[in-house]
Amino acid sequence: MNDKSETVTGKDRYKAGVMSYKKMGYWEPDYQPKETDLIALFRVTPQDGVDPIEASAAVAGESSTATWTVVWTDRLTASEKYRAKCYRVDPVPNSPGSYFAYIAYDLDLFEGGSISNLTASIIGNVFGFKPLKALRLEDMRLPVAYVKTFDGPPAGIVVERERLDKFGRPLLGATVKPKLGLSGRNYGRVVYEALKGGLDFTKDDENINSQPFMHWRERFLYCMEAVNKAQAETGEVKGTYLNITAGTMEEMYKRAEFAKELGSCIVMIDLVIGYVAIQSISKWARDNNMLLHLHRAGHSTYTRQKSHGVSFRVISKWMRLAGVDHIHAGTVVGKLEGDPLTTAGYYDILREDFVPKNLEHGVFFDQPWASLGKVMPVASGGIHAGQMHQLIHYLGEDVVLQFGGGTIGHPYGIQAGATANRVALEAMIFARNEGRDYLAEGPEILKDAAKTCTPLRQALDTWGEVTFDYTSTDTPDFVPTPTAS
Amino acid sequence: MRITQGQFSFLPDLTDEQIAKQVQYAIENNWAVNIEFTDDPHPRNTYWEMWGLPMFDIKDAAAVMTELQSCRKVYGDRYIRISASDASHGWESLRMSFIVNRPAEEPGFDLERQEVDGRNIRYTTRSYATNKPSGQRYSS
Repeated sequence: MNDKSETVTGKDRYKAGVMSYKKMGYWEPDYQPKETDLIALFRVTPQDGVDPIEASAAVAGESSTATWTVVWTDRLTASEKYRAKCYRVDPVPNSPGSYFAYIAYDLDLFEGGSISNLTASIIGNVFGFKPLKALRLEDMRLPVAYVKTFDGPPAGIVVERERLDKFGRPLLGATVKPKLGLSGRNYGRVVYEALKGGLDFTKDDENINSQPFMHWRERFLYCMEAVNKAQAETGEVKGTYLNITAGTMEEMYKRAEFAKELGSCIVMIDLVIGYVAIQSISKWARDNNMLLHLHRAGHSTYTRQKSHGVSFRVISKWMRLAGVDHIHAGTVVGKLEGDPLTTAGYYDILREDFVPKNLEHGVFFDQPWASLGKVMPVASGGIHAGQMHQLIHYLGEDVVLQFGGGTIGHPYGIQAGATANRVALEAMIFARNEGRDYLAEGPEILKDAAKTCTPLRQALDTWGEVTFDYTSTDTPDFVPTPTAS
Repeated sequence: MRITQGQFSFLPDLTDEQIAKQVQYAIENNWAVNIEFTDDPHPRNTYWEMWGLPMFDIKDAAAVMTELQSCRKVYGDRYIRISASDASHGWESLRMSFIVNRPAEEPGFDLERQEVDGRNIRYTTRSYATNKPSGQRYSS
């Protein structure tokens, strides 16, 4: 696949007219990426009849210096440095017509500390480029020099745990349901019951902002009454993610300031507010000792299909740079998309200081994070107490497990639902630490714990073995093959 | 009321055998084990009194259990917790924390509300036990 460079040099390179991208210098198979280069891996699906190398060179060109024709003004610049260089193109396994293109970008192409600048280049014009049927950004290698231009999460996993005084187990949360329609007073009731019953956090849903049935100030006031009361009833730190998403940045700051004034330890935003707004509110959170929860509203529009868009592993990297403390990253066993290996890749990207290349997890590059704070992944959507052993097995300890329906839908009430989840969680961590094979013995461990906890027994009776067993659309392209012994 | 701080407050009180197994888990992970006690269980009371220094370099949970027994002899009427400190780079904080001893009675907390401007309320959580001076809070 990797044939020779066809780059034209000297005077001929700048003759007016159209020249193929690979001749213009965007295909350099001998190029060795520098340690300071950003590397992007694209899944390129060229239109029928388009040479995959030329298509990949075009992606490099269109995401860096090129335009459709030769321009003499290139000669006023150190253009060779600024050209992104596609240096490798591989066919995608088991996917005829698609190719993985590795493209290196010089660090000077990017403004430090700006996700908008990064994305304007890497996922700018190029995704609409006509000679391509489809294009997907699969992964990026971010050099340490670039990582260090970002502040990252305002708190990060360790600091969050210290502030909450909660160690050694996943955190527990629930999204208030119904999503829409509750008055402030009714809403606070759900928050209080869930927190008193044993959850650490409750959460506004992504589309709870300030609607006719409940204005944001009402929600904030009643929620903080609920948080403080539950705290006093349990002697434990509690929180509720107050969603400050709004129409303008000014309005978001206003809501954030009010949350702070009321003593909330955490605020929340939606991914749809955009990269600039996320980075701005992250700085605010850092300045105000506030945890920042990000709901990934909207991501599936571009992350889910393998042929086109941006992988969630890339979004995870961008959000760790941009600086959020929590991000929804999949449950594996719940109701939303999430292949186990692919999800493991996201979790590593969010939580580890060094993420090694792991093709089976869809991770194409070693990624050093240079001590940037760790993001707490959040598992939410269609999970219940009966899956506790699987959740801990797949997702580990540093995660927020959010049982919305699985708390509020408990037949004996919200407190009972919360208690069932907390008991299931503590029993499973306890068994794991004791060295039991908790994954295999999970159902038995839960049954035993239910002997002294009626709400857990009721939860297991209600949801028992409910699963969402559908085929994932976003799966790794590389499967482990047994090696000959 | 039962305060629910720590990893295992929703389970029935742990037996010594169960505590030892959890401690062993910490030891096998090379975490230092701390014993701390308090008679002020306020959720923001971070610094409980240390029962000696963190126990580094121990091989067996029995050493911790012996210390826990001694601590209980003196402060058995208070809260005692065991925690585990992980010194690895990138963590350098606690990995475990759970209560291993409680007062016979846990009177709970009063929530004081001070109504201020614009329907805002300033909340103060105060342990009923801390009405008395330290040392006289849980023993009759």
